[in-house]
Amino acid sequence: MSGYRLPERGALIDRSRPVHFRFDGRPMTGFAGDTLASALIASGTRLLGRSFKYHRPRGLLGAGVEEPNALVTLGAATTREPNIQASIIEIFEGLRSESQNRWPSLRHDIMTWPLSIVNQGLKAGFYYKTFMGPGRRAWDFYEQVIRRAAGLGAAGKEMDQSRYEKTNAFADVLVVGGGPAGLAATLTAGRTGARVLVVDEGPVLGGSLFESRATIDGLPAIDWVRAAVTELQAMTNVRVLIRATAYGYYDGNVVGAVERVQDHLAERDPDLPRHRHWTIHAGQVVLTTGATQRPLVFPGNDLPGVMLGSAVERLIARYAVAPGREAVVAGADDSIYRTTLALVEAGVAVRAVADARPSPPTDLAAPIEAAGVPVHAATLLGQAKGSKDVGRVRLSRCDASGRPTEGWSETHSLDLVAVSGGWTPTIHLASQAGGPPLWSPEIDAFVPGPPREAWTAAGAAAGTFGLDAILADGVRAACSALAALGRPTPQSTFAASDPDAPQMAPLAIRATGLGKGADKAFIDFQNDVTASDVKLAHQEGYRSVEHLKRYTTLGMATDQGKTSNVNALGLMADLEGRPIPDVGTTRFRAPYTPVSLGALAGREIGGHFRPVRRTAMHDWHVAHGADMLTTGAWMRPRVYRRPGESVTDAYIREARTVREAVGIVDVSTLGKITVQGPDAAKLLDRVYANTFSSLTVGRARYGVMLREDGFVYDDGTTWRLGENDFLMTTTTANAAGVLARLERHLAVDWPDLKVAVASATDQWAGLAIAGPKSREVLRTVVADVDLSDAGTPFMAVRKGRVGKVAVLVTRISFSGERAYEIHCGARDGLAVWEAVHAAGQPFGLVPYGTEALGTLRIEKGHVSGPELDGRTTLSDLGLGKMASTKTPFVGRALMDRPAMISPDRKVLVGLRSLADAPLRTGAHIIAERMPQDMPSLGHVTSPTFSPALGAYIALALVSAGRERTGERLTVVDPIRNGTPTEVEVVSPHFFDPEGARLHG
Amino acid sequence: MRIPCPVCGLRSVSEFTYEGDATVLRPPLEADGDTWFATVYERRNPRGPHAELWHHTQGCRCFVEVERDTATHAILSARLVTPTGAGI
Repeated sequence: MSGYRLPERGALIDRSRPVHFRFDGRPMTGFAGDTLASALIASGTRLLGRSFKYHRPRGLLGAGVEEPNALVTLGAATTREPNIQASIIEIFEGLRSESQNRWPSLRHDIMTWPLSIVNQGLKAGFYYKTFMGPGRRAWDFYEQVIRRAAGLGAAGKEMDQSRYEKTNAFADVLVVGGGPAGLAATLTAGRTGARVLVVDEGPVLGGSLFESRATIDGLPAIDWVRAAVTELQAMTNVRVLIRATAYGYYDGNVVGAVERVQDHLAERDPDLPRHRHWTIHAGQVVLTTGATQRPLVFPGNDLPGVMLGSAVERLIARYAVAPGREAVVAGADDSIYRTTLALVEAGVAVRAVADARPSPPTDLAAPIEAAGVPVHAATLLGQAKGSKDVGRVRLSRCDASGRPTEGWSETHSLDLVAVSGGWTPTIHLASQAGGPPLWSPEIDAFVPGPPREAWTAAGAAAGTFGLDAILADGVRAACSALAALGRPTPQSTFAASDPDAPQMAPLAIRATGLGKGADKAFIDFQNDVTASDVKLAHQEGYRSVEHLKRYTTLGMATDQGKTSNVNALGLMADLEGRPIPDVGTTRFRAPYTPVSLGALAGREIGGHFRPVRRTAMHDWHVAHGADMLTTGAWMRPRVYRRPGESVTDAYIREARTVREAVGIVDVSTLGKITVQGPDAAKLLDRVYANTFSSLTVGRARYGVMLREDGFVYDDGTTWRLGENDFLMTTTTANAAGVLARLERHLAVDWPDLKVAVASATDQWAGLAIAGPKSREVLRTVVADVDLSDAGTPFMAVRKGRVGKVAVLVTRISFSGERAYEIHCGARDGLAVWEAVHAAGQPFGLVPYGTEALGTLRIEKGHVSGPELDGRTTLSDLGLGKMASTKTPFVGRALMDRPAMISPDRKVLVGLRSLADAPLRTGAHIIAERMPQDMPSLGHVTSPTFSPALGAYIALALVSAGRERTGERLTVVDPIRNGTPTEVEVVSPHFFDPEGARLHG
Repeated sequence: MRIPCPVCGLRSVSEFTYEGDATVLRPPLEADGDTWFATVYERRNPRGPHAELWHHTQGCRCFVEVERDTATHAILSARLVTPTGAGI
């Protein structure tokens, strides 16, 4: 029991509102405003997780999003969310949280022991060595063990029921980070009337000012923050987003942010999203993202109870939590004195302050020594020891460059170590939208490189430290942003007086001197990368930063190396004997912190992922028992099932009825494009492989278009409604693509052609009526059309009426039967459909769906989507004779390349199953009944049961298939465990090859 | 990324479809296979300013020739390919 609640302080907690929650099933209590980490530590819990590889006990290291250790899983079993930092979770009544990567419990994790034996193998480069070396077989063994033993939390397996939203925001100035620099910038810009948006990842604005003892403009820092927030809230031109993380910086000064709207609430409003994604379009961006404190690298530095000084200060000031009773503070920059004072004032017994610098800043050290705390100059924290948490430390001396020296040492028993390895400006967004970061030896860290987008960094993010300078920098950044926008720049100053202002440069102290114990001196806590791993990588030649990262996994996983990158680089630079900038730095990529996938998806899930289109007859189909199927962007009836029928029963019945009597099918989904203008016929001649200028008015023609590379692209009929007026139909899937192609030709390739094209797909509804009795049905329902073979011959287009509705009647057949299509305005689609359906009842008319439509076209050998797969040529599909020899067309020049006319190409054939067994799409075709090592001759594209033939048949693409007509081949489907089926290769025109029924 | 469409104004790239290298012009349909091969398959991959065609598919449906720096994604200029193009 080390941590406890202090009787005073706690700017963010409300002691009148206790909050009950669970950690690993145990009931716990905190206060409203607590984080999970602060509430746990206040209750004396400091073991918060187990490390990734070695299962070492870990506690809280950091203060916020940099936290590498304290990852927990939230929520119930099925919808749980893993790997959330305890330091950022705001507790609420009923919160359930669990520790990770331990079994059977956090306290007694048996994996700790076996993995420490496997340690030898898990050093840096383990995966590489195992994979690359002779250990490939060993990998099979290790994989089993490691996959189970190493890892983070597991996500729930049920669908996330939460609601997410996406929105856009526009701002003149976006300020990222609401700490002192961000507040100064926001106030400065906001007071000019500019549209300002400020985002902060925390629950309140103010940042490090909560831990500050400074006064600003005569007010204590926290009071100044409250006044600033009040002022900003009164400005209608300023929007404040809290609990919102700007995670990525994109082209065009667009910043992505995720706002956690309700994660902190016990009672959630179902009308509000859990997370809201913001796409922020900013004129100028001010990056006031602050800085992250680095840990020190010494043996035992990962023991629970060893914490960043900033985390200690935050626990005390914001949550009134003391993380220990007896402490040592160590580091080599001025912030250790502020941390020490915070501890002393909170009543923690600080045994010693170890400052590695030879002469510590006297002004800062004096009040501490006055409080009776010894300050040791030129002193390092040499080692920490303890079993489940830190119990004692050894201090030792170092030289002026921070290297350990022999001689004096001192041991302290304690339960808390506060460390500072210096400060790393948070330059993630700047790096994403700028040049390589620049090394600043003065602050021993990287600062932002040159901007590539319109941003200015200010405050600690820009390497500026000291409250007065930070506030001035925020003002400067706001003014430069306003000036860049062409707006007047205001006079604005904020005067700070900070007793803890830094006075001396930090000293870089690395882990170079570590000998014994380097394998327990952690650099990357989350990935368990130690100083000895970095040394090993160096010895083995992995000396560039990028190699180091990949060899050791340093800087990976959820924290992305926020606390480890600079320490690793510094150590590598020392080992190399080169300065850090020569060793290089890794660039940052989005996201800065993990982003929920739900926020990126927003409402575009389920039915909204890809909105479906419904035809005018949709509701009728549903009311008549149709199984609706999404095909491309449309919903179409698959089959109209009668009671007791299977899908197969239904489509066989429907197809048989079409062959024997008559059926109707909804063809509204066909792509339709109007092609109009004096050069319309010329355009069609160029885009289709066959000729359209010779088509007479009132007739339709089947056309095939190729891609520029000579492969078949799309097919359909095009009707000539007038001399300069065509209606092109496309496959349902390619409607948008064909239109875009025509538009491109007209705008870019052939601007001289006088043609206008427009999509008419949605304006028309259509049905096809097919079967020997189709004409008889139409005669009872269609007026003003001469339906005799002379009046409406095959491929004729006629204008007529159904009731009062004007319709186009075209005699087109996909089924091979006598057939017509009737098209009308979409709003009349249902009326026409119902009229035809009613008129057909005396003739036995049934509606049919896409399954029967497929069966009928397969029986006729008509190609469709599965055959037009982008790899087939005209001659592959048996359509070679269609190509015009007179007029050049798109794809003509490349359609006869050697490989595209090779005799062993896969071409369209029919397959007839010799067994009473269905064939499956995608199944392979081989010469003999021996799946192993037999080359595939091709594959099944469109299988069905043919009621006309009483057999299972399929269209297929088979190498040199036409020459195999009459051969017996085998269809195999080993991946789906299909039974090999013997088939006979036949003509794809299975049924009525002469086409007599078209006129029947 | 946003593209200044000469018809619709500054619009999100999500409204546009990339239509390829604007410097590659289609030869006549009668041209031989080698010429078409070069047109279909051969592309430069320049670093720096590059002329590209963007189709404003979710807007005016015009084709816009955009000069874009491939290294920085900065848009340097945008013009209509044919001011009287399809869809207006």
